[in-house]
Amino acid sequence: MKLSRGAQDRKRTFLLITIPVVILFFLFNTLPLIQGFIYSFTNFKGYGSYDWVGLRNYRDLFTDARVGKSYLFTFKYALAGTVITNVISLILALGLNSKIKGKSVLRGIYFIPNVLGGLVVGYIFSFIFTYILPAVGQNLGIEWLSSSMLSSTGKAWMAIVVVGCWQAIAMNTIIYISGLQTVPEDVYEAGSIDGVYGWKKFWSLTFPLIVPFFSINMVLSMKNFLMVFDQVMALTKGGPSQSTESISYLIYNNGMSGGQFGFQSANAVLFFVVIVAISVFQLIVTGKKEEQL
Amino acid sequence: MKRSTNKQTREVNWAATILLVIGCLTIFFPLYMAVIIAFKQPSEMTNDIAGALSFPAQWSFSNFAEAMRVTDFWNSLGNSVMITGITVVLAIVIHSLAGYAVGRSMKSSKFYSFVYLYIVSGMFVPFAILMMPVVKETAALGIANRVGVIILYTVFFMPLNLMLYKGYLTNIPIALEEAARVDGATTWKTYWSIVFPIMKPMHATVAVLTAMSAWNDVMTSLVIMSGTGVNTLPLAQLNFQTQFGTNYNLAFASYLLALLPILLFYIVCQKQILNGVVNGAVK
Repeated sequence: MKLSRGAQDRKRTFLLITIPVVILFFLFNTLPLIQGFIYSFTNFKGYGSYDWVGLRNYRDLFTDARVGKSYLFTFKYALAGTVITNVISLILALGLNSKIKGKSVLRGIYFIPNVLGGLVVGYIFSFIFTYILPAVGQNLGIEWLSSSMLSSTGKAWMAIVVVGCWQAIAMNTIIYISGLQTVPEDVYEAGSIDGVYGWKKFWSLTFPLIVPFFSINMVLSMKNFLMVFDQVMALTKGGPSQSTESISYLIYNNGMSGGQFGFQSANAVLFFVVIVAISVFQLIVTGKKEEQL
Repeated sequence: MKRSTNKQTREVNWAATILLVIGCLTIFFPLYMAVIIAFKQPSEMTNDIAGALSFPAQWSFSNFAEAMRVTDFWNSLGNSVMITGITVVLAIVIHSLAGYAVGRSMKSSKFYSFVYLYIVSGMFVPFAILMMPVVKETAALGIANRVGVIILYTVFFMPLNLMLYKGYLTNIPIALEEAARVDGATTWKTYWSIVFPIMKPMHATVAVLTAMSAWNDVMTSLVIMSGTGVNTLPLAQLNFQTQFGTNYNLAFASYLLALLPILLFYIVCQKQILNGVVNGAVK
């Protein structure tokens, strides 16, 4: 069958649009991805000549203490961040969605942290952790706070969690609010007839209806927290004694200027696989939950 | 029972209102502190809390003037505006065209379904794995500069934007385009005269999301433009850290200057930004 002239023109135009776009995407996304994969089998320093080393980089990844430490920190950070962010966001969203005065102003204010850049926010908080909190701790006699959190190997990661959450909560809250707005009013009315209130009302009525938004938030915040970079750069630069070195930061630091281009490429490949695995896992789990409900 | 619920829903929940207002302090405290420190002189920075939080003896803009000089503010601002602006325009033009071509052909063509999946799955690729190769690549192509950063943003934001445009198009009936075709208009012309204007709400969403990501991004410009002496606004804060030294007043003046443009943008376009963010995440 011969296509009409109009349909032919449509087909041709679509191809003329799509092909350059695919080429562009390939050149600056897929090609570097493949290159990174190839470099991961070499001992390339980032300059000069290099040799193939087979799977040695991958074997070394699992015995390298610094890499292990960075995965530990990143996961600890991402887990704590995701849980704290989602709990606080959900509470905030419930509050901001209730019958309050000045609703739109309050919503606007709580979203401010999200529009600010992570690096500069990190610098501002750095001052709070270095000077304000220790001063508060000393005045109130709280031993735990009286020295800078950022210079303690045990506490520095918590400081980064605080800053990460401060920004992430804004985004998750807005998504929860839009979820709560999809809950029809008569669901509550039906609930109150049955005498369901408060906590029970939330768990048995509201929450099941916003599960899709809960899944979006879990996937989004987990992924963003795992890729943490700006806050680490601004607050600790990975210190003290590499206790807050995130995976992204380690790849940047040692790969770009530490002469470990090949080795960190292997690390990046592993990181990529981990991100995909976690995202897929989360989507499957939350997908199942949605089916059940 | 029912009447009492209705009454409840009509009444203002004062407890929640008050708690939420108090909660705003967690948002305003860091910003308040930044403003106070930025207006003070180093001699006023005593070692107690008052040093950082009490009003300055005199509200002087001298720190801001000095910060502008030290960080080459106008150039950094210009670069940020240029990179963000061009990226937004390219995103709206290229990503919407791609969304149109792919979205309208996916149902009938395996090729376009593949293209869609191929590009959207790019969302899972962390920048960390692309970082080192793109530095080599942009250097080899002679675009280890603002041009390279703009091209990379256009590629990195493509998965999300393509998804948004494609999703939006599924709700637009194809009848209008077909009518135009019967009248003899080319696909290209139909797109610009009919489809592009219809997608205006989605252009706003894409513009907001792309602008905020490009404006606040540090990593891409950091690795691509390092050593060129060209800064974006956030990059300048990073590169001039050592020059600020322990002069926090100068540093905070500079931080505030870096935050101000996006804060103003937010205050002006708050509604579009909130809509855009929700659309981007939920759709």
